[in-house]
This record gives sequence, C-alpha cells and structure tokens, in this order.
Amino acid sequence: MTDPAAVGADTDEAAGGPTGPTAWGVPVTESFGQVVLHPPVDRWFETVAACRDDGYVMAIDLTAVDYSAHPGRTDLPEGVGAERFEVVASLLSHATGGRLRLRTQVPESNPEVASLFDLYPGTEAMEREAWDLVGVAFSGHPDHTRILMPEDWEGHPLRRDVSMGRIPVQFRDAPPAR
Amino acid sequence: MSDVAEQVTNPMGPGRTDLGPSERVFRRDETSAVLRLSEAEAAVLAGGADDPPTGDVADQRMILNMGPSHPSTHGVLRLMLEMEGEAILRSKPVIGYLHTGMEKTAENLTYLQGPTNVTRMDYAAPLFSELAFSLAVEQLLGLEVPTRATWIRMLMCELNRVSSHLLFQATNGMDLGAVSMMIYGWREREEVLRFFEKVTGLRMNHNYIRPGGVAADLPDGWQADVRRLLELIPPRLDEYDTLLTGQPIFRGRLQGVGVITPAEALALSATGPILRSTGYAWDLRRDQPYLAYDEVEFDVIVGTHGDSFDRYAIRQNEIRESLRIVEQILDLMPAGDYRVQDKKVTPPPRARIDESMEALIHHFKIFTEGFHVPQGETYAAVESPRGELGCYLVSDGGPKPYRMHIRGPSFVNLQTLPHLMEGGLIADGVAVISSVDPIMGEVDR
Repeated sequence: MTDPAAVGADTDEAAGGPTGPTAWGVPVTESFGQVVLHPPVDRWFETVAACRDDGYVMAIDLTAVDYSAHPGRTDLPEGVGAERFEVVASLLSHATGGRLRLRTQVPESNPEVASLFDLYPGTEAMEREAWDLVGVAFSGHPDHTRILMPEDWEGHPLRRDVSMGRIPVQFRDAPPAR
Repeated sequence: MSDVAEQVTNPMGPGRTDLGPSERVFRRDETSAVLRLSEAEAAVLAGGADDPPTGDVADQRMILNMGPSHPSTHGVLRLMLEMEGEAILRSKPVIGYLHTGMEKTAENLTYLQGPTNVTRMDYAAPLFSELAFSLAVEQLLGLEVPTRATWIRMLMCELNRVSSHLLFQATNGMDLGAVSMMIYGWREREEVLRFFEKVTGLRMNHNYIRPGGVAADLPDGWQADVRRLLELIPPRLDEYDTLLTGQPIFRGRLQGVGVITPAEALALSATGPILRSTGYAWDLRRDQPYLAYDEVEFDVIVGTHGDSFDRYAIRQNEIRESLRIVEQILDLMPAGDYRVQDKKVTPPPRARIDESMEALIHHFKIFTEGFHVPQGETYAAVESPRGELGCYLVSDGGPKPYRMHIRGPSFVNLQTLPHLMEGGLIADGVAVISSVDPIMGEVDR
C-alpha cells in the first residue's frame, strides 16, 4: 500500500542516528512494507508537524492500543522502550501516495499526548475516541470529552483490564428445561 | 495512462494548485462552527422548570436538539444545533447511540469469526469492512489469495457500491421531499441484494469475504444474473436523471448548499465523495490499487463546487462507473479456486473430512481454537462508498486479534457536518446530512 521508494529517500537523508535507521530524526521500522516511525512522546507533535510539512497532507487515522496484556512485543526498534499505551497515527501523502504510521509509547503513569488538532483538525473526533475508549489524554484538545460512551461513564472500555462484561440471564419465570 | 500519473502527483489536475482557504476548520474558540458543549453544560444552559434560563432577552439564540430519533438523521444521529431563527450558527454531532463495542468484541473472536463482526459496522456496504479486515489478516499471515477469489471480491464489492449508492439516492430523495425517488432507489437496491442473497445466503451482513478468500464460489448462472443487473440499472439511472438531476427544485435545494473547499476537506480528513466533490481526485482504487483494480478501466468522478449537488452527482455517476467495472469483470473472471487451499487457514472441503484424519483435525482446530496469526501490526485500506475504510490490526501471535481498529469513513466524515451547515438554514441542514451519507453503525461501531 505504501511506496517504500518514495519514503526511502527521506530515510537515507536523515540516516546516521546512533540506533539504526531514522527518518525525521526518529527511529523508523518497516511493517509489511509500511513505514512506521517511532517518535518519543515528547516529540510527538513536532514529528507529525515535520511530516505534514513534507507533504503528508492528511491524517487518515488515529487510535490507541493498550499493550498491557502483550508486554513482550518485538516490533519496536532498538532504543524505544515499550510502554503500556501506544498512540498510532496514519498519515497520507497524496503527492507520492506514501503512507506513514507513527507509533508513540505512552507511559501508564502519565497517559498524555499532545493533541494534533492544530495540525489536522480532522483528528478531533479520533482523539476523542482514543480518550474515551483507551483512556489516553490529549493535551490541548479543544473538546476533550467522551464521544461514544455516555458522558458519565467510568473507565475506558478498550483497556485490557476491563472485561467484556456479561449480564447473567436468569430465566426466573421461564418454565423448567425439558 | 500518462495523465493518470500526472493526476496522482496533483489530484486537483494539471496546473491547479489552489486548494482554497481552510482557516475556518482550525478555529477552536466559540467562533468555530463546532458547538463544543457537553451534555452537562447544555443542561445548565437549558435550566429547569423552576430555574428558567436567564440572560439577554435580545439574544435570540437557542440550542435545538435534532434526533437521535428523526427521519432525516439516517438512524440515530443526534445534532445539537445553535440556532438564531432559522439559521444554524454552530452545531455538534452527538454520537454513540449505536455503540456496541465492536472493537472490543473483535478481541474476543477468532480471525475466522472476525468478518461476522465487522460486517455489521457499515450495514449499507458490509462487504467493504469484511474486505479491509480480511486484507489486514492476510497481510499478517503473508497469504496470497487465488486470483479468482480476488476477482470475486471485486465483483461483489462493486455491486455493493452500487447498492450502497442506490440507497443514498433513495434516502437523499426522501430527505429532500422527492418521495418517489425513495421508492425507486430501494427498488433497484433490492435487485442487487437479491443477487447477494443468491451468492452469500444473506441480503446484508454477508460474512462472505473471509481471510483466505471468499466463503463460497459464485453460483451457477451468476453471469446471467449480473448481466440482468447490467441491463436493468442503467436505464433506471437515466430515469433518476430525468426525475431529479435536471429538476429546478431539486437543484435549488442542493446547489451551493454545504460547500467545502479541498483544503478544508483535507484538513478534516474527509475522504470519498466529500473529498472528490471539491475537485480533488483521490480514489484508492486508482491511486493505491488493491485487489485487481489496476487491471480494469474506470474513471474517478470529481465535482467542482464541493456542494451537496456535486456529492449527489458523484454518487450517481459512480454507480455507472461501478457497473462499467462489473461488466469488465464478467469477461475477465478467471477460473480457479475461490479460497486459498491452506489447511491452517481455510477449512478443508467437506468430502476430505470423511477420508482424512488430518483434514478432520484441521477442520476441528479452525472452528474451535482458530488459526494463529504471527505477531505484528498492519493497516489495510480500501475505498468504500463513503471513503477510505481502513483496518488497523495488531496480533500477539494468538488466534484472536490483539487489537482491531476500524477507520470508519462515516465516523471521520461526520466532522465536516458542522462546517457544512454553518450559516445555513435548518432545512438545508437536512440536505447536508444526507449528502454526507453517514451510516451510524459505522460511526458508532
């Protein structure tokens, strides 16, 4: 889906980091032919801003993952420490047809990431969804409220420590099984 | 093909660089078109019976609730509208009324059961969610599906695009008071759904496209059924044109209503007919071909003004383009297997189970434990009738997805709504909602 040649040029240009290949100054890996950047959480906004300036005109997707039940994942580059939460954004450049995926590690102790609203206003609803369902906060978001769950809901349902939830069905008045 | 390559580098067309202004979508204060008001704040503003709202009497603004149960909101969309007389100042789509936690559910279903779940998201175009999910799983598995399966997927998806856009034509007509159109649109859609029923067993929620291929081969005589659709629908489209496209009242209701610039659509991550209505030619089928879309010929339909009429006309003509693709598929459909013969992924043929112990074991394992998918994460995107439908899939090596996220085009496109309605009349608001064509199952998931 991605054109690795178009992005590869950038990779070479910015190469020379101490721990493997980098692009836009952050570690870069490849996943099934898709380019994945791993910016640290404090450089989240500026990395996305740099990508936008390089022609990635659209933030296609933004979501968050709770990795607490899968701690030993191996797809992170050297030097990037795994944390409980991960915010994942997909950017798209129409000029080259290239796609970028940015994954930043967000610690459980301070689950907060800078909002991308000022770069891409289209992330407003996606960030609200990530906050609502996974519980990663977005600082500087213009409307930091729940979006899918009721406003007075407690907890974040897509966290792995939230169970699916079942309501026991009691057929009190039902006739006994034959 | 040379001008296609040029258009990929410039979706606005050769030499056009002006994407228009986009400042208004970046506003975050109260001048924004988005009414960023929570439920609790709205309740305070509204007051109670013994606590009537106070304030400037000359201030004629009021907050009006539209939906979630309203015939023009396509299900359970609720809008908070800040009105001054008939004019909409700010608005906010309030969603979640159909939220059933499908992304959570996906974590508890095997990869084989996954399509049954995602197919219920965009219920007007269910095959596209199945396709995005299956493509993502196949990427993680490193699986190559047989050519025939790919072409069957294309055939079904294009027919699904037709049925989805016919549904749009029906509901769009209904919302604008052209009630005859509602009957006609549903009627033609039913013809397509009848074919789906023959192939998949169901009119909707097919669970037909699965990791590894499709659930069943096309039935005998499918060519005749498809040819019948190809003969039946185009004259009906011409009838719609006679009925609606040139009609002054219909045009008056849509032209110049809900205008968006290319830059605004890009900033708001809008895809599909909304983006294309601005003249921005971006269609994943052409620009990032998946399946075998690079082997068929079709045009990407774009608008000029970015208004509701362009979005109507784009969908109308996309039906024609989809039928054009279907016609080519009829001639090009290869023979072969309809699913990959990988015993670890697809169940063995029924007859093999009687003969082979291994086949029986594989069958049993697939349907109880499910098949294991290697660790990794991937994103697969397809062009659904509403825009880019993506599936972000994380696997921890087990038989169930660790995380499955669907990038629903309806969910993202809904953000354009306040900007499209800003300053317009409430009657035009109905036309605008309709032209965005949100499917609430996909918005709420």
